Amino acid sequence: MDKWENNRAWFLVLPVFFIVAFSAIIPLMTVVNYSVQDIFGPGQRVFVGTEWFEEVLGDKRLHDALWRQFLFSGLVLLIEIPLGVVIALLMPKKGWGASASLVILALPLLIPWNVIGTIWIIFTRPDIGLLGAAINTMGIAFDHTASPIQAWITLMFMEVWHWTPLVALLAYAGLQAIPEAYYQAAKIDGASAWSTFKYIQLPKMRGVLTIAVLLRFMDSFLIYAEPFVLTGGGPGNTTTFLSIYLVKIAVGQFDLGPAAAFSLIYFLIVLLFSWLFYQALQNVGKGDVK
Amino acid sequence: MTLEWMAWTLPTAAFFLTIFCMLVCMTIWQMASPSIPRRGFLPISTTRGDRLFIGLLGSAYIHLAWLGFTDLSIWIAFPIAIVWMIVVMRFG
Repeated sequence: MDKWENNRAWFLVLPVFFIVAFSAIIPLMTVVNYSVQDIFGPGQRVFVGTEWFEEVLGDKRLHDALWRQFLFSGLVLLIEIPLGVVIALLMPKKGWGASASLVILALPLLIPWNVIGTIWIIFTRPDIGLLGAAINTMGIAFDHTASPIQAWITLMFMEVWHWTPLVALLAYAGLQAIPEAYYQAAKIDGASAWSTFKYIQLPKMRGVLTIAVLLRFMDSFLIYAEPFVLTGGGPGNTTTFLSIYLVKIAVGQFDLGPAAAFSLIYFLIVLLFSWLFYQALQNVGKGDVK
Repeated sequence: MTLEWMAWTLPTAAFFLTIFCMLVCMTIWQMASPSIPRRGFLPISTTRGDRLFIGLLGSAYIHLAWLGFTDLSIWIAFPIAIVWMIVVMRFG
């Protein structure tokens, strides 16, 4: 079979290509067009060149939101990835326990994002919330609407509760795919549990962990609904992440040009970091970086 | 159907046309002579397509850095980005 014959398979990809074109590429092109113009209304626009990019790059509130976003995504990855792997290692491998664990783990993933925020608002309310009232009863003044640190802690708990199950499920799938022969060989060699994890389980989970890190980074970097519902970006601006700030500019102020320039910078950051993570994880355990 | 809502301008149309032409040329090049991954000055093994991606992403960041850190004309960043693209494609 020559390469031309093989290439016919690309025609099967055409429907996806058209769907992606309509849902992603055409809107992206429009955003690029908006980013170099001042849009007053339909048909009323003025070309302004790179003015919006200069304005956005010099915006201190955007810099603050960007650092907040990096801190948030960094914490998400540092907590959720190891925790998800540990949960996957502790889960039963077969029997009713395995099925029950999978169902329980999947539950937070089934809840819509804005509902997650509402659940946690009620759960952490200092007067009637189960968690908020319990903490206050213990003598610790807890009110995430007034304290930035408590707002961050609540946000992190919500995020970890919501998304660690995804990492655990992916890691569990990776672990289940390891043939029993590997464990038998490790046992014969007298490998410790740590060595088995380091030399068998972790390298074999590389593919699923790549997906987990990429998904969690992109999702956490683009997060909007949960923090918007829980804190509304406050107290002050302490939980105003990039997407919340972007929506304020685009929808609140209807500044489409600066919002488009902001979106493109945001897109480039996500693209760069996703690519870096992908490259780094593809080379984990290969001895050297190729 | 009118494309007025997309708010096209000549510079952005030229930009996308250039990217589109690059992709078409790369596809034809790939069909004529399939790329073999190799290692240059970049710390990873790359194919021709990888190097185009790295070159384009790097060019975008060169322009952004220029706008963010200097008050000079963006047109000075443009030849720098082209040199970067050529260096990555040839030696990356």
